[in-house]
Amino acid sequence: MTELDYYCYLRTLDAEPIEAPMLRDAMITFRYQMRLLLREPVWIVIVMIQPLLYLALFAPLLEPISRTPGFPPGNAWSVFVPGLLIQLGIFGSMFVGFGIIAEIRYGTVERMRVTPASRFGLLFGRVLRDTVVLLIQAALLTLIAVAFGLRVPLAGALITVGIVGLLGISLASLSYAAGLWLKSEDALAPLLNMVSVPVLLLSGILLPMTLAPRWLLRLSQANPFSHIVDGARAAFLNDFGNSSLVIGLVCAAALAALGLAVATRTFQRESA
Amino acid sequence: MIEARGLARTFRSRRNTVEAVRGIDLEVDRGEIVGLLGPNGAGKTTTQRMLATLLVPTAGEATVAGCDLRRDPIGVRRQLGYVSQAGGTNPAAKVDEELVTQAQLYGMTRGAARERARQLRELLDLAELGDRVIKTLSGGQRRRLDIALGLMHDPKLVFLDEPSTGLDPQTRANLWTHIRALRDQRDGTILLTTHYLEEADALCDRILIIDAGKIVASGTPAELKRRISGDLVTFEVDDVARAQDLLRGRPEARDVTVVERGLRITVDRGETCALPLMRVLDDAGVKVGSLHIAHPSLDDVFLTLTGRSLRDAPAA
Repeated sequence: MTELDYYCYLRTLDAEPIEAPMLRDAMITFRYQMRLLLREPVWIVIVMIQPLLYLALFAPLLEPISRTPGFPPGNAWSVFVPGLLIQLGIFGSMFVGFGIIAEIRYGTVERMRVTPASRFGLLFGRVLRDTVVLLIQAALLTLIAVAFGLRVPLAGALITVGIVGLLGISLASLSYAAGLWLKSEDALAPLLNMVSVPVLLLSGILLPMTLAPRWLLRLSQANPFSHIVDGARAAFLNDFGNSSLVIGLVCAAALAALGLAVATRTFQRESA
Repeated sequence: MIEARGLARTFRSRRNTVEAVRGIDLEVDRGEIVGLLGPNGAGKTTTQRMLATLLVPTAGEATVAGCDLRRDPIGVRRQLGYVSQAGGTNPAAKVDEELVTQAQLYGMTRGAARERARQLRELLDLAELGDRVIKTLSGGQRRRLDIALGLMHDPKLVFLDEPSTGLDPQTRANLWTHIRALRDQRDGTILLTTHYLEEADALCDRILIIDAGKIVASGTPAELKRRISGDLVTFEVDDVARAQDLLRGRPEARDVTVVERGLRITVDRGETCALPLMRVLDDAGVKVGSLHIAHPSLDDVFLTLTGRSLRDAPAA
């Protein structure tokens, strides 16, 4: 067999119909990125340390506060842990943009952009990796919280982890878009700080917004993350009839769709 | 393989506008190695990136590998192998991870991609390195890996942006052998950019000299040198004045100048003109001590065309 024959043979192997090239490209990218991440698993652990510290060193402070008027239904754990999960969703995914800046520098992003691979696939494979890691972290965090004394129904916990997954899709996408757009760590870091602090403070993650004065409550209602936190708290109480759960889910899904749309457009743009 | 008309690209930033490429026409045939030669900032990379679908041209049209650049960029990507100047590998990844993933993005199955990776590693002297983490490779190995990545889907058209930058002379010569093999054994077409005169001279079938965003000359290395400067034939003679009189009348002698102990004559082709000229001197009884033929370098060509030397151009 000559070399040429051999290539023709390889081509016939490749000729099997590809049904959804977009998802195929996403899975190829996912596996590639996951393998790279697992080579440095220490990062997965480092991201977990922060919420664990909150759980051990901050949650006990909530015990006395949970008896003050205005504190939402449920005990300190069932109010705080959902917020902590959302916080993990935000902080566990919003820094992935640094990774794409490194990839731009290596030239791997450009190399993949010259292939016929779908731009959505190249993006979504990366987002999927980040989301899978996040889901595992969220599940672990919930289990550890149970060991600390949290009581939560399974369905509610699963829904909350699902919400965290949607948040991961949204924020990882937006972070990639910002990284592709800014192309510099020095520009991305202040941007993320500028966004994350008000989002965190106005979300009721640390302390429920029901304790807030009226103006602060109003302000927080403009922040979609506060609705997502409310939704997660309702889920933790298995309060499925509660409208705040539906609103929270809708907010999370809308943010995920928005993030993917923005990031796909950024990936398609020529200079990205 | 490539046909471009009036390709142009302007970069705009808040403060200024840079016309990186100002209307380039070019044609590249199947099986050719064509070099874009010019100093840094001449627009070589921009031209290549436009043809590779990485930059949208501000003006102009092009067909690459039979696909319209604007209407069918995916068709172009499918058939093109592109190796950028800086390469594109993740230092934390393993050699085969990069190779296999790359091929899969071109639609190859995992099995076929593995097999192809093994072949290309063999071809590019990376045979034993499939499991090596990329940051442990030498510069030459990494550059060959960049090229292997560009060849995974067996493209008939390959773009190489400064393929040998940063390589030592031996590795560079070795790389040239691989690039020639691509043309000779696979009927491949290669468009490369370079600012190395030696590389353009030794490797390219045809050279497009590019300066300030425009192609200022094109042809084979020999044609370019001949057309622009001519060859220099130098005779050492005993009677300079007489020889000068004799040769001034010859039609092939474009210019005759007196040099130390002899004459320098500018002619179109040194090899064909030297002996007839020598015979003229010999017949007239002028003794010729030595004969020297010099071809102009591509740098002379560049100097004639642009008034600047390529060697003086600032390095990247």
